[in-house]
Amino acid sequence: MEKVVQKIGLKHGSGGRAMRQLIEEVFLELASPVDGIGLGALDDGAALRIGDQWLVVTTDSHVVHPIFFPGGDIGRIAVCGTVNDLAMMGATEPMALTCAVILEDGFPRADLERLRDSMKAAALEAGAPFVTGDTKVVGRGDCDGIFINTTGVALTRRVVSDAGLRAGDLLIVTGHVGDHGMAIMSKRHDLGLQGDLRSDVAPVNGLVRAALAAGGDDVVAMKDPTRGGVAGSLHEMAAKGKVGIVIEEQAVPVRDEVRAASDMLGIDPLLVANEGKAVIGVRAASADKVLAALRAHPLGRDAAIFARAIAERPGAVILDTGLGKRLLAEPEGELLPRIC
Amino acid sequence: MARDLTSELKFRDPAKARALAEALQRNLDAIGRQVSVMHVCGSHEQAIARFGLRAVLPRQLQLIMGPGCPVCVTDGPEVDEAVALARQGATVCTYGDMLRLPGTSRSLADAQGDGGKVHVVYSVDQAVELARAHPSEEVVFFASGFETTAVATAAAALAQPPKNFSVLSVHKYVPAAMDLVAGSKETKIEGFIAAGHAAIITGWGIFEPFAQKTDTPVVVAGFEPLDILAAIVKLTDLIREGKAEVFNAYPRCVTREGNRPAQQVLWTVFEARAGKWRGIAEVPQGNLDLRPEFAHLDARKRFRIDTAPVRDERASGLESECLCGTIMMGLATPHDCPLFGTACVPESPVGACMVSSEGTCRIWHTYGGAPDLRGVGAPATQEGTR
Repeated sequence: MEKVVQKIGLKHGSGGRAMRQLIEEVFLELASPVDGIGLGALDDGAALRIGDQWLVVTTDSHVVHPIFFPGGDIGRIAVCGTVNDLAMMGATEPMALTCAVILEDGFPRADLERLRDSMKAAALEAGAPFVTGDTKVVGRGDCDGIFINTTGVALTRRVVSDAGLRAGDLLIVTGHVGDHGMAIMSKRHDLGLQGDLRSDVAPVNGLVRAALAAGGDDVVAMKDPTRGGVAGSLHEMAAKGKVGIVIEEQAVPVRDEVRAASDMLGIDPLLVANEGKAVIGVRAASADKVLAALRAHPLGRDAAIFARAIAERPGAVILDTGLGKRLLAEPEGELLPRIC
Repeated sequence: MARDLTSELKFRDPAKARALAEALQRNLDAIGRQVSVMHVCGSHEQAIARFGLRAVLPRQLQLIMGPGCPVCVTDGPEVDEAVALARQGATVCTYGDMLRLPGTSRSLADAQGDGGKVHVVYSVDQAVELARAHPSEEVVFFASGFETTAVATAAAALAQPPKNFSVLSVHKYVPAAMDLVAGSKETKIEGFIAAGHAAIITGWGIFEPFAQKTDTPVVVAGFEPLDILAAIVKLTDLIREGKAEVFNAYPRCVTREGNRPAQQVLWTVFEARAGKWRGIAEVPQGNLDLRPEFAHLDARKRFRIDTAPVRDERASGLESECLCGTIMMGLATPHDCPLFGTACVPESPVGACMVSSEGTCRIWHTYGGAPDLRGVGAPATQEGTR
């Protein structure tokens, strides 16, 4: 009964059901068969077989508003977003990054240099060299200040997809959820919240490397919970792995500031974007090992096992509140446009 | 943060919830048949759905939300009056939930789109302030809600509002909703959970004549998950024992007498009169109308409201399939409605219950559609969680 939309809305860019539907209806036609993981898999990136290794490729455009926010800026996100997408495929040693910038006429040079410095610092943290780029300027009003696209490539011996869960696996989130989205929302809407609401934007490739070193082949699925939040990631992992997922709500790490802001806005932190976290699916036998390795890393100190895969209700994400159970709906649309 | 996390956690303790669920199961086993109980409050439904409480209820127990959404029962022709006033040039102030509520053909959001002056306010005081700031405009407060918000409207009416301020009341009266359900021939409801916040004002004593007359027990409940579970346990105690009594399970806020000064304010300004509730019926004592002494503040008396241009009683195809009325009477659930979650979603609602954040359909949709999850995914082992 749902009708085909004739105009694109903000909800089509929000990482939820509407966006996935648009991609499936419009862009999937561009997919062609590849030796490996291609566009058709709708994963975080592609993986192409080269000899006995995999070349992982990913690309991401960044349009976050405001461009400077507590804890980061559009430059830092542009590096981290792409590095993290590579890491989610198991490729934690980025070989190269590209940087394509679209600037609006009148953009302050000082801001541009500040963003460059921020990109440089983030690239250094991630160990990711920039190798090429592109610069375009458009008229006033034709874009909003600055948009940045980055592409990343990396080689890996083992690809981790987001489809590898099976019943019995446990899921780990590498730290507090909802920080990035709530920091942006608070800044954008001037919520005037006390406390330290800061974006978590960070490259997690080092953290993921530690998890893979500890868990090896028992690390079976990964996803970075950006737009759509942890809920969006789990919905994709459940659908692709053909399992149900049960979240233990009381085990989800959420900062008090974020919880207070979520209550005030009536938004579930599980639906809010993160930019420095990973959701990692692990065979149960290796879960404690992987958790210990994550907690030993500075970005993973608050990591927690928070969900498990079950055979019942494939595709469904169930929230166990400790008091009862309900389905966690897949985010539909414009919770917060231009989050990254 | 100004938040008392400890007191919140006290009412969200999983071990206590499990103990209550077990007590409930014992009660239902003792009763030995299917039992249906009803609550009449959107805030209760939000807590029940948010925390997934139905998944821990015994299969023999049906917990149903009744006509507990004052926005949902506001009738189409009542909305037409507000739309017509906006069209006639008045500034119409109302709560956010009312904006998209459809009249017989248009909503206040439509009226706004047509250039009408429609403002969303968070309290009646904001509407009064707006009237003070714009003395040349006629500011009409489209007043919705049960006793709780009606008291606020009444207080504003008594506080000498400016001459250009008036009230279009669509306030509804909770006890009337319970009378309505208990009096329905088709009802299978054996007990009621009454809304704690309304009872803070009315006092729990108000339910005693109702319990006697209808031979139905009533338990007044708070809004934390454990409040609700404890109230259901108590209600099934009373059903098992065959006692049509009123029990106050929210003693930290509710007294027998209630808030006398607030009641006085309420009944000074309003009187309960019969009115049509959307999708349900004519409800005796269902509406709170301004008393004749307040005719000068009553938009219906002050203006010649011409609803003819915005009125269209022919229901469209989809609306004729909408089950809101039957759902609010507790005779169906959103799952029985062919439109729920498909043609009727929060972005494009067909029925009132999907418009308001207090409506059953909207709440169920927000919290995952409320499928039966009893027994799905047995509890995790202790070593499984941290």
